[in-house]
Amino acid sequence: MNAERTRLIHPWWLRLTHWLNVVAVCVLALSGWRIYNAAPFYDFVIPNGITLGGWLGGALQWHFAAMWLLVVNGLIYLVANVVTGRLLSKFFPLSPRAFLDDLKAALKGQLTHADPSHYNAVQRAFYLFVIVDSVLLVLSGLVLWKSVQFPLLRELLGGYETARRVHFLAMSALVGFVGIHLVMVALVPRTLLAMIRGR
Amino acid sequence: MNNTKHSRWLVENTDTILKEARREVGRVVEQPSRRAFLKRSLTLGGLSLLSGCALVDEESIETALSKISGLNDKGQGWLFNPNQLAPTYPDSMITRPFPFNAFYAESEIPAVDECGYRLEVSGLVADRKNWSLAELRAMPQTDQVTRHICVEGWSAIGKWGGVPFASFLRRIGADTSARFVGFKCSDDYYTSIDMATAMHPQTLLTLTYDNKPLPPRYGFPMKLRMPTKLGYKNPKHIQAIFVTNTYPGGYWEDQGYNWFGGS
Repeated sequence: MNAERTRLIHPWWLRLTHWLNVVAVCVLALSGWRIYNAAPFYDFVIPNGITLGGWLGGALQWHFAAMWLLVVNGLIYLVANVVTGRLLSKFFPLSPRAFLDDLKAALKGQLTHADPSHYNAVQRAFYLFVIVDSVLLVLSGLVLWKSVQFPLLRELLGGYETARRVHFLAMSALVGFVGIHLVMVALVPRTLLAMIRGR
Repeated sequence: MNNTKHSRWLVENTDTILKEARREVGRVVEQPSRRAFLKRSLTLGGLSLLSGCALVDEESIETALSKISGLNDKGQGWLFNPNQLAPTYPDSMITRPFPFNAFYAESEIPAVDECGYRLEVSGLVADRKNWSLAELRAMPQTDQVTRHICVEGWSAIGKWGGVPFASFLRRIGADTSARFVGFKCSDDYYTSIDMATAMHPQTLLTLTYDNKPLPPRYGFPMKLRMPTKLGYKNPKHIQAIFVTNTYPGGYWEDQGYNWFGGS
């Protein structure tokens, strides 16, 4: 194995699915906010200026188009992650102890990114969380889209109205993750290069 | 509790405000609505204004989105299980008051004369005779308490009664191998559904609401109630029903709402 190859941090399929996911998540979040505004269930609306779609019908078209990208791309990512053994080697072992230790270190600014190919316990937990959260977004979205056709899923998520809240809160968690993710990338810009070039 | 009340208030008002706004917008952009729609659908804040140019060819994006919506129709048709029933609820769970919803204000609900009313039936049917309300009421009736889900996201539980649409279609000798059933309404609304949904056991030619004759605000004299479809697919004040293989479209569907619109 040559040196170039051993230095590879992110394989091509990971980078590709990462950036396609960025497109899908942006479109889904921005159009989803517009859809939420049509019948808000909390005491706030999202400024229309930062939403996508222009009106409910347009937002729905964007949302129901991008959902396919999210699902297909997400499945490719998950399958590749499992088949290549990357999921196991990159994200595990993971213990609450290690997570808390690394979190403390991170907050004190003592956590280094000397080896970008190695995920610390906080990264592992966050990335795993965002995978699970995305699955929850898709499942709750399925209940909203097809509440009659997926009765078991509907009941597991507490019915149609509860699924709306679950979908919204899972979106909020994802947006929160993106915020932290972007701050971390700004602090360690090398990770952005790695996600583009692979090294 | 207060929160719930407040959000309900918001929901109802947002709804009315949106309907009003859409009606106004609709008036202005009446016919070139496709072009107007694509412009509206691409407004991401002032992004394209700020950059001073369109980021992408707007028309091709709109075409692509419409195409995907068409594919979603096919996917939903394939996913639709004709025997899968929507959940039913006890009377105690009925939403009171059940919200009024239309593309116009409550003051503009059409007044339909009960005695003069005749339901027109046309297209691929054996018997094209008109139906009076008395004749429809004479047919075997059933009722159901189901959840109405609006495209806007909110939902409400109501109790509808009337003639199972499948038995009405059989009675008029409809060609049930045809693709579409279309509806024309006295409030100038129009829509159409797939035959599989038309024949679904919970699809109801609705004549009553909560055991009383269907009030004007819910679609007097008759609406089609489908718990397997979103609200805008459920036409009110039905004047004419036709069976066809030619895609009839719909009031909202022609402006960009998904045609299948099923849950």
